[in-house]
Amino acid sequence: MIIFRYDKTFDGLLTAVFDAYNRKTFPQRLIGEEELEPLFTDECYTVITDEAKSTRVWQGLRKKLLTISCNMLRYVWLSELPGSDELIFRYMRKAFDSKHSIEMNFADDDVLEMRNLAKKVDKERCRLIELVRFQKAADDIFFAPVSPDHNTLPLTLEHFTDRFADQKWIIYDTKRNYGYYYDLKTVTEMTLDSIQLFPEGKLDEKLMAEDEKLFQDLWKGYLKSMTIKERINLKLQRQHMPERYWEYLTEKQ
Amino acid sequence: MKEEILEKLKTLAESAKYDVSCASSGTTRKNTPGGIGNTAGWGICHSFTEDGRCVSLLKIMLTNYCIYDCAYCINRRSNDIRRATFSVDELVELTIEFYRRNYIEGLFLSSGVINNPDYTMERMVRVVKQLRTVHRYNGYIHMKSIPGASEQLVREAGLYADRLSVNIEIPTEQNLKMLAPEKDHKSVFAPMLYIQQGMLENTEDRQKHRSAPRFAPAGQSTQMIIGATDDTDKQILNISSSMYQRPSMKRVYYSGYIPINTNDNRLPALVKPPLVRENRLYQADWLMRFYEFKVDEIVDDKFPNLDLEIDPKLAWALRHPEHFPVDINKADYAQILRIPGIGVKTAKLIVVTRRYGRLTSDSLKKMGVSLKKAQYFITCNELAAVNVNDTSPEYVRRILTEKKFAKGKDNRQQMSLMFDP
Repeated sequence: MIIFRYDKTFDGLLTAVFDAYNRKTFPQRLIGEEELEPLFTDECYTVITDEAKSTRVWQGLRKKLLTISCNMLRYVWLSELPGSDELIFRYMRKAFDSKHSIEMNFADDDVLEMRNLAKKVDKERCRLIELVRFQKAADDIFFAPVSPDHNTLPLTLEHFTDRFADQKWIIYDTKRNYGYYYDLKTVTEMTLDSIQLFPEGKLDEKLMAEDEKLFQDLWKGYLKSMTIKERINLKLQRQHMPERYWEYLTEKQ
Repeated sequence: MKEEILEKLKTLAESAKYDVSCASSGTTRKNTPGGIGNTAGWGICHSFTEDGRCVSLLKIMLTNYCIYDCAYCINRRSNDIRRATFSVDELVELTIEFYRRNYIEGLFLSSGVINNPDYTMERMVRVVKQLRTVHRYNGYIHMKSIPGASEQLVREAGLYADRLSVNIEIPTEQNLKMLAPEKDHKSVFAPMLYIQQGMLENTEDRQKHRSAPRFAPAGQSTQMIIGATDDTDKQILNISSSMYQRPSMKRVYYSGYIPINTNDNRLPALVKPPLVRENRLYQADWLMRFYEFKVDEIVDDKFPNLDLEIDPKLAWALRHPEHFPVDINKADYAQILRIPGIGVKTAKLIVVTRRYGRLTSDSLKKMGVSLKKAQYFITCNELAAVNVNDTSPEYVRRILTEKKFAKGKDNRQQMSLMFDP
C-alpha cells in the first residue's frame, strides 16, 4: 500500500495531487505528519507543500469543474471529518482522469459522498447563520460564541459582514479557539487568551450593555407567548434545533 | 417602563400567533451603505417554539383592539382579554434591537381593526415607512393588508414591505357569513387584486427603468383555517389551486383550528386541533406546486376529503395502478415525480445520473429513494420484484400502513410448534 504524508492543509492536499501525477504513484491513504504508518505499508512518501504546484492543480481543477463543484471541494474540506481528505483526493483524481464531466454521476460512490458531505456542511452553515445570538457588550461590540461541528464559521462571514455592516461584532468559535472581529471596515481573524468571559454560555452581566438584559428577557418572553400550547411537540423542536446548539442560545439560557 | 414593554409584547404576541405564515423567503436584498440588514432569498428560521413551528420574524400586532366580532378570532371585540397598543417608535426600536442580535429576520406586522380599515392600515404603513426611510432598515418586512383598505394605502404599503398578505380564513362565503357577518370575501379579494396589479405594473416599470423601486418583491400569501367549518378538502384545495394561478400568490397556508372561543356554538367543539388533516393538506399543496398535479387528480367528487392514513401521492398511485410500474431508466421526469417514495430532489438526481449508466435498485437506495414505498411502483429491469399490479392496491396499502411493532414489544403470540390435539 502506498501512503502519502502531508501537512493537513488544503494546499498540502493539492501538492499531494501534483506529486502523485508527477511520480505516477497514487496513494491509498493520506496521513498527517505526526501519525503512525498503518500496517502493510510498502512506500511512504512525504509531501512538501509547494504553492506553485498547488496553484497549478487548482487552476487545472477550475478548468475541469464547474465553479459550484470547486466550492463543494472547499465545503467538504471544512467538514474536518476523518477520511474527507482522501475522498477529495479521489474525487479530484476522477475529475482529471475522465474526458467528460463526472460531476453529475451520482451512481459513483465518491461523487455521491462528496455531494452528501457538502450538503451536511452547508446545512451547518445555515444553522450557524440562524442560531448565532449576539450579546451587546458595554463597549458596543456585539459578541457571539459558537461551537459548530464542522469548521463552518468562515463560510458565514460574507453574510454577517453585509447584514450587520453598521455595528462592530465578534463571532468566536469556542471549539477551535479562534474567531473573527469586524470593526466597521474589515474582518480580521483573532484569538482570545481566555474564554472565561462566558460562564453558562453567555456574557457576564458586568460586561453587558445597559439594556442588554432587558432585550434578552423580551426575547424569551416573546417566544413563550408565541407557543401554541395545544400543538406542543418537543420532538419536532429538537429536530429543527438540535440540543447541541442550545448552550449559546439566548432563549435556552 | 421595562415591565410595561414586556407585558405589551407578550399580550400582542399572544394575539398574533394564530397567523401561521412565517416565511422570510422570496427576495434577496443587499445592505446599503449606512444601512442595516439584508434579506436571504432562501429564508432563515432563527428559532423554534415548543410547538415545533419556526420563528423567523417578529410576529406582532400593532394593537389587538378590534371593532369586529369574528367567531373564530381570539381578538374579537366580545372577548374579555388583555388589550394593548404599541406606539410606532416602540415597535420600530424593538424590531431593530432584536434584528441586531440576530434573533429575527424581520417584522411581521398585523393589527386589529380600530375605527375603520383605512385608519388602521395607515398606522401600520407608518411603522414600515419609518423602518425603511429613517432607520435605513433593509431586512425583511411582511405586512398584513387589512380587508377593505383602499387601493392607495395598499400601493403605499407595497413600496416598503417585501410581502403583503390578506387572509381568506373561512373557505366558503356562506360559512364566513355565519361566523363573521360583518365581513365578506369581496373585501378580502379586493386587496389581493390591488397587490397583484401593483406587482404587474411594477414589473413593467422595472423593464423600462432598472432603478424603479420594487413593489412587494416577495409577492403575497394567504391563509385558511382548517376544521372550524364543514368545508371539504376539495373546496379548500380548489381555492388554493385558483389562488396559485395568479403569479403573485406565493403561498397558501393552512392553519388547523385551535378551539379558542369554546362557548360559541357556531364553532365545532374539537378536543384537539386537526393536525393530521393540516399535514395532508400541506402535502397536497406541495403536489400542486412541485409535482405537477392538477387539483382534481388529488380530490374530486368521489373523494372530496384527503385520506388521513396515507399521503395524497400514495393515495393517487393506489387509485391509478394503470400508470405503474414506471421504468426508472426510461420514464420522463414527470412520470418519475409520481412515484411514491421519490421526492423532487431524488427525481432530479435520477434524471441526471442515468445518463452515465443504467440505474439499479442499489444505486437508487443510495440516492435516497424510499424503496419501502417505491418498490411496488417501479421496475429497474432486474430480478422480478413484487409490484402493485402483480398484487393489488389494497394489499400494497395494507402493507404500507401496517403499524410497526417495537422490538420486544411484539405481543402477537408466536405460534407454538406443540399443539394439543
